[in-house]
Amino acid sequence: MTSLILRATARSLLPVLLLFSWIILYRGHNLPGGGFIGGLTAAAGFIIVGLSEDIEQAKRILRISPLSLMAVGLLTAALSGVIGVMTGAPFMTGIWLNTFEMPVVGTIHLGTPMLFDVGVYLAVCGFSLNTLFTLSETED
Amino acid sequence: MEIFWIILGILLGALSATTVHRVSAMYSGRLLACIPATGFMWLLTRVPDIHDHPLQGSISWFPQLGADLSFHVDALGLLMALLITGIGAIILAYSGDYLKGDSQQGRFFVFLMVFMASMLGVVTADNLILLFVFWELTSVSSYLLIGYYHESAESRWKALQALLVTGLGGAAMMGGLILLNRASGTWTISEMLNSGLSIAEHAYYPAIVTLFIIGAFTKSAQFPFHFWLPNAMAAPTPVSAYLHSATMVKAGVFLLLRFTPVLGGTSAWMITLTGFGSITMLIGAVNGLRQTDLKKILAYTTLSVLGMLVLLIGLGTPTAIASAMLLLTGHALYKATLFLTSGIIDHETGTRDLQRLRGLRRAMPITAAIAGLAALSKAGLPPFFGFIGKESIYSIGFAPGAMVAILPMIMLANMIMFALALSTGFHPFHGAVTSDTPKSPHEAGPAMYLGPLILSVLGLVFGLLPGITVESLIGSAVTSILSTETDIHLSVWHGFNVPLLLSIATIAGGVVLYRMRVCFWSKADESDRRRLSFDRIYTFIFNGFVAVAKCQTRILQSGYLRNYFIIILSVTGAMIAFNLIALGGLPRTFNIRDAKILDWAACIIIMASLYPAIFGRSRMTVLIALGAVGFGVTMIFILHGAPDLAITQIVVETLTVVLFMLAIYRLPNFRSHSTRNMRFFDSVFSGIAGLLVTLCVLKAQHVKLAPSVSNQYSEWSYSLAHGKNIVNVILVDFRALDTMGEISVLAISSIGIMTLVLTRTRKRRMEKQE
Repeated sequence: MTSLILRATARSLLPVLLLFSWIILYRGHNLPGGGFIGGLTAAAGFIIVGLSEDIEQAKRILRISPLSLMAVGLLTAALSGVIGVMTGAPFMTGIWLNTFEMPVVGTIHLGTPMLFDVGVYLAVCGFSLNTLFTLSETED
Repeated sequence: MEIFWIILGILLGALSATTVHRVSAMYSGRLLACIPATGFMWLLTRVPDIHDHPLQGSISWFPQLGADLSFHVDALGLLMALLITGIGAIILAYSGDYLKGDSQQGRFFVFLMVFMASMLGVVTADNLILLFVFWELTSVSSYLLIGYYHESAESRWKALQALLVTGLGGAAMMGGLILLNRASGTWTISEMLNSGLSIAEHAYYPAIVTLFIIGAFTKSAQFPFHFWLPNAMAAPTPVSAYLHSATMVKAGVFLLLRFTPVLGGTSAWMITLTGFGSITMLIGAVNGLRQTDLKKILAYTTLSVLGMLVLLIGLGTPTAIASAMLLLTGHALYKATLFLTSGIIDHETGTRDLQRLRGLRRAMPITAAIAGLAALSKAGLPPFFGFIGKESIYSIGFAPGAMVAILPMIMLANMIMFALALSTGFHPFHGAVTSDTPKSPHEAGPAMYLGPLILSVLGLVFGLLPGITVESLIGSAVTSILSTETDIHLSVWHGFNVPLLLSIATIAGGVVLYRMRVCFWSKADESDRRRLSFDRIYTFIFNGFVAVAKCQTRILQSGYLRNYFIIILSVTGAMIAFNLIALGGLPRTFNIRDAKILDWAACIIIMASLYPAIFGRSRMTVLIALGAVGFGVTMIFILHGAPDLAITQIVVETLTVVLFMLAIYRLPNFRSHSTRNMRFFDSVFSGIAGLLVTLCVLKAQHVKLAPSVSNQYSEWSYSLAHGKNIVNVILVDFRALDTMGEISVLAISSIGIMTLVLTRTRKRRMEKQE
């Protein structure tokens, strides 16, 4: 696609969308959002770059292959389940840290379910991008 | 608990085997052999007081399911464990040299040690589920070992055959074990045995016995499942020595022995075991006579011995069980030896064909001596251990009646065994030297002959001094099998009596058969094709399965999207219709007066976009119209308080449109391929499907099949899971395992798309280059 407007905005949209996707990911535990939507949003950012310039550019900006993104996501999700096992609880038991205050963001409460959500985020993002990159690579 | 550490140690050895092999390809076999050897030494120290202090220990695994990592080793288990670790160590050291230079050798050690650990598990597990897990593991690892030469299609086919036959038995065994638990009320084997319980009167008894026997028979290659064992000779010789003589094929026998107090003693048990046992014994012996391949002969004699063991277990008297234990131990020693020496012959001369092997004793004197010792034990000559076993069988004292017929059968089998012992242990080494072998023969290295040497000397030592070596262990093993105190006394010389006369007759017959051996050989080849009929039945059934699967795939997987939709929608629709009827017919009341104006707006958007979606003449129109439908649905989600769903829907909808756009340029021009009738059918069909789904949704509001979980979830969401967004908490905490599964499916499907698309692209690229 050769729209100048799209090309100009796409590059600046990407960081915004990425930041937005992290917010969605983080707030998901208490408000609408979560890893699934966050992952899709992040993927959308790269897809816009891919559409406005070309897919190779999107790949360059992503740096790592979407396959590894997927793999890391799956591993993170699985690992978050193992942490519970180490404390003697069954697989996938949620383990939470104590809450603490952070400037700007407010009260932070971290736990393994959030780590799991990060895994979902990465896996979903990797899935979308991998599918997209693959489909765009076919040449006739 | 120590037994657990031994098993774990061997498994860790398996994990490190490839690394060890990479570091030191020269000594890897010998290094890895240290692990089972250490286990063997430790187990040996437990022999004296095993009778009074069985080894046991338990680690909780899945207590809810009754599955624990519990072990219980009594004399029977210890004897088997000694054979497994002892012979296992010898095999590892031996195969270090036997497969030297083979590029896959590291993997071989991995498979072998996994097998060793699982076999050790089978004989020591005290929990029925654990037993089953190990039982299946032996099948899987033996599949990998038989198919070790995986470049050969024949070897793969034979490995698969062994896996399928023993796998069938494994499935039967699982059923048997579960029913046994239902009948006895416990998962713990020792508890079952100690309670002196017999389930012969239980309603499940016939089913349990049948399933158990199928499991044991497939594993121990009893008629009619015997055909896989000779085929499994496709494995490297050390594997045959270990799996197909000393250990795995004894697993079925072991299980029959183990459960004799619980299942045995009935006439059904006795008749089945003696019947099938004697058939297997004779089939093995007679077919063995016709073979000229050293390994094939050994395979068939193994079959024969397994049959004899099952027959003895079927008889079930203390003497019979004691004879079975003697035979089992003696057989493990001499048969492993003979396999290993035949491996040496194969390795150093390049052939295993008896017709070409003569006069090797000059070239390989040590191997000749070892094989000779083992053959004498196998032949059952005094003062070897094999003789004691045979004498013991002859002294069972066959009651008059039907059982009388068994004695001549055993004698015949023993005569043939005698002849075949000489064929494998003497024939290749004696006679005139020929230079007919592919390689010029020479002696093997010490790593290869030391192991069989130990085993064959043991056969002599146990025979000469049974009282101070094996008597007590075998005595306590018999006691532990029958759960009643039994005393046995072993010695080579019992005085002039009936068993001795029978032994002399056997030897005489055996010598005659040995001298006539060449007469049987000539018929081997042409009868081979005719005789392996069970192999052909197996092939027939196998091909039948493949044909049915193909046929079914062709019907279900037509490749037309339209057909898939019709199948999926009709099944879904039929299920909805069935449930609507089962739950009392159509929904009676539904209220559209509550719908707000915005709801109507969303509905109108959806309905209006449907028209171009259905009747659009270009893909782009259809695509955008479908997108509008999606956004209409999103609106409803927002209106009814499901923001999570709405966001997801928007993002998914957007991405779908983008993905479609990418694909749309590559699709052929939009054309309608359907006829008028097809379109009519499709519209009626989808109309019905849509109607049914609508009815289902309406009905769902009035039907409550189970108490709703949502109240419970909303209560727990914050208190237990520290989250206010229930949807997210369900996804990442309450049902995290499901989510894990879903993202795995995503990953798999993405890789699937990649393979599909990229292989095609690459193929095109290659064609272009050409």
